[in-house]
Amino acid sequence: MKYNCVVCVKQVPDTKRITGDAMTEEGTVNRGALPAVFNPEDLNALEQALWIRDEYGGTVTVLTMGPPTACEVLREGLYRGADQVVLITDRAAAASDTLATSYILSCAVTKFSPDIVLCGRQAIDGDTAQVGPQLAQKLTFPVISYLEELVGLDDGKITVRRNIGNGWEVVSSKLPVLLTVTGSANIPRPPGARRMMKYKKARSAAELTGQVADEMPDASQQEKATEVKKRCEALKGRGLLLEQWSLDDIEADLAWCGRDGSPTKVHRVQSIVLAGGEYREFPPTDEGIAELVGDLIEDHTIG
Amino acid sequence: MIDVNKQGEVWVFAEQESGKLSEVPLELLVKGRQLADALSVPLAGVLLGDGVAGLADTLIAHGAEKVYLAEHPLLGHYQAAGYARVLCDLVEQHKPQICIYGATPLGRDLAPTVASAMWCGLTADCTDLQIGDHTDPITKQQYEKLMLQIRPAFGGSVIATIVNFDRWPQMATVREGVMPLGAPQSGRKGQVIRFKADLDGATLPLELIETRRRAKKVNLKAARIIVSGGAGVGSRENFRLVWDLANSLGAAVGGSRAAVDLGYVDDDHQVGQTGTTVRPALYVACGISGAVQHRAGMAESAKILAINDDPEAPIFSVAHYGIVGDLNDVIPKMIKAIRGGAGVKGAAEVAKA
Ligand SMILES: Cc1cc2nc3c(=O)[nH]c(=O)nc-3n(C[C@H](O)[C@H](O)[C@H](O)COP(=O)(O)OP(=O)(O)OC[C@H]3O[C@@H](n4cnc5c(N)ncnc54)[C@H](O)[C@@H]3O)c2cc1C
Repeated sequence: MKYNCVVCVKQVPDTKRITGDAMTEEGTVNRGALPAVFNPEDLNALEQALWIRDEYGGTVTVLTMGPPTACEVLREGLYRGADQVVLITDRAAAASDTLATSYILSCAVTKFSPDIVLCGRQAIDGDTAQVGPQLAQKLTFPVISYLEELVGLDDGKITVRRNIGNGWEVVSSKLPVLLTVTGSANIPRPPGARRMMKYKKARSAAELTGQVADEMPDASQQEKATEVKKRCEALKGRGLLLEQWSLDDIEADLAWCGRDGSPTKVHRVQSIVLAGGEYREFPPTDEGIAELVGDLIEDHTIG
Repeated sequence: MIDVNKQGEVWVFAEQESGKLSEVPLELLVKGRQLADALSVPLAGVLLGDGVAGLADTLIAHGAEKVYLAEHPLLGHYQAAGYARVLCDLVEQHKPQICIYGATPLGRDLAPTVASAMWCGLTADCTDLQIGDHTDPITKQQYEKLMLQIRPAFGGSVIATIVNFDRWPQMATVREGVMPLGAPQSGRKGQVIRFKADLDGATLPLELIETRRRAKKVNLKAARIIVSGGAGVGSRENFRLVWDLANSLGAAVGGSRAAVDLGYVDDDHQVGQTGTTVRPALYVACGISGAVQHRAGMAESAKILAINDDPEAPIFSVAHYGIVGDLNDVIPKMIKAIRGGAGVKGAAEVAKA
């Protein structure tokens, strides 16, 4: 039996690289200075999907919602073996919280009638782990979160081992199902060299629009539009035009999208100020350390 | 979603497994109490399971004035579908204004399912909750006494405060260990309200095949003193030093993620954003640089002692005491000093007795 898998992925700022360079004078993070990467656990979700396809047949579709720059993760998906990729991009989707995001994704995912939907357990910019279960609820698919190992897949039934914090459990479900995949589930395959050669020139209409705007700053709107169209056609002929959908294309109800569709609102964002407080340094000598220990015993912290 | 309901109660989801309450809901009841008092509304626990009625008393002893209890064979083993259905029914019927869950794997599976089904807001992994006012920056509309949902974001480098002013209940998951556990008071009275779970004849999607739980080998949350080692310790063998120092202090052993990843210490011991959040009386950080993700799990400790050979290490900026030096040299000296000090004190106590 073949399985159609849809993998939802996100491009995220690489929060692992928050170093001195990425901090502003005031101690806040300079997002622009952080490289954008494929969310790590989404790579595990993709690997799981590719493995299922390679083992049983079927297709792997990679879906991302984001600005045109998010096409970078779609190309990466193609390099690693995805069969098709789709960018969902729309100004009206900006500022979506997890609920609005899961709604928008659900409108797109249903277009594929998938057997298995896979998400990374969580994204490293927000660490919420909410989109997976919320998407499952919107699709009315059962959710199996925190997947650590695919134990079996046969006859429309999937069995997986999932992490439950203080141990694990093995559960099975009929398809369709939504899985959220943890980093320990597998080791993602590297991009394939041949596929990289093939797809590195793949672009979406939104990217081409940006390209044309940069290259022909003095052209009229009309001329630009014609040029974009021409470039789209050319790429399409070579199978290199990345599919791009707006909220209209997926028939999303705008009331549930973007800022309006998001019940959670930001009240305030503060950068972390290190608690200065009183600080005493002791020399690394017998005397220094004895003095420190003496003080700690004196104020009943130890002893 | 339900409408804004300023008279609504504050609810704490009482996570239990195999008829045993976990610690999180008891921590959450302490926070829930503060929220309920600030709003002058009752605090309730919500207990779902099969044969769990006996746990209601514990919730009441920890401050719940009411316990909503739903028992059903299909709630015996957790799965999102059954739990979310019953919880949504309860919310529709009683219209709480706030609903909080532990940010455990279970809570992080259940809460988003409920939020999605109810089209209401949810903030993940909060480290604090408060009641406060909010002015919408666009409409300038003012909202009073909302739950301020405070959480680290962006890999722990900023603190974001989130509100939900219109699509209620206001829901959040709260990290384990960030709220201190309160002592139970057996004299407390509370009301148990039975709720009939609408699950008769239902089939739930997941079938449980096998489950394995292992007891945590270390309980960092309960430790009064923690000695933690990081990548600077150098090897699993050398981690002996950290264990020795901990033994001399009667402390638990913690580790940074780097120490765990390098195999110096097992992952139960990890302190930080993706490990355990601790707030001991004394936290000793040996060979730990003090990355934001590590600090997120220990910065609230009453006293912090940093031992590091790099005077520029960020750990010193949250420390109360610092020793700039090689831990291989400092730790043995410290053990010697403690044994000496403890000896004297021990002798004094014997003399008193
Ligand atoms: C999403 C995410 C979540 C994370 N969650 C966590 C978490 O929960 N907990 C956590 O700890 N980390 C976490 N991290 C990792 C974190 O960013 C750091 O990489 C980690 O804390 C570094 O550990 P460390 O301080 O032991 O190692 P290092 O940063 O390598 O520091 C080692 C320190 O040892 C000192 N040193 C070396 N030799 C000696 C010596 N002989 N004597 C004295 N000092 C010496 C060095 O000066 C240095 O300061 C997370 C990262 C990410 C991206």
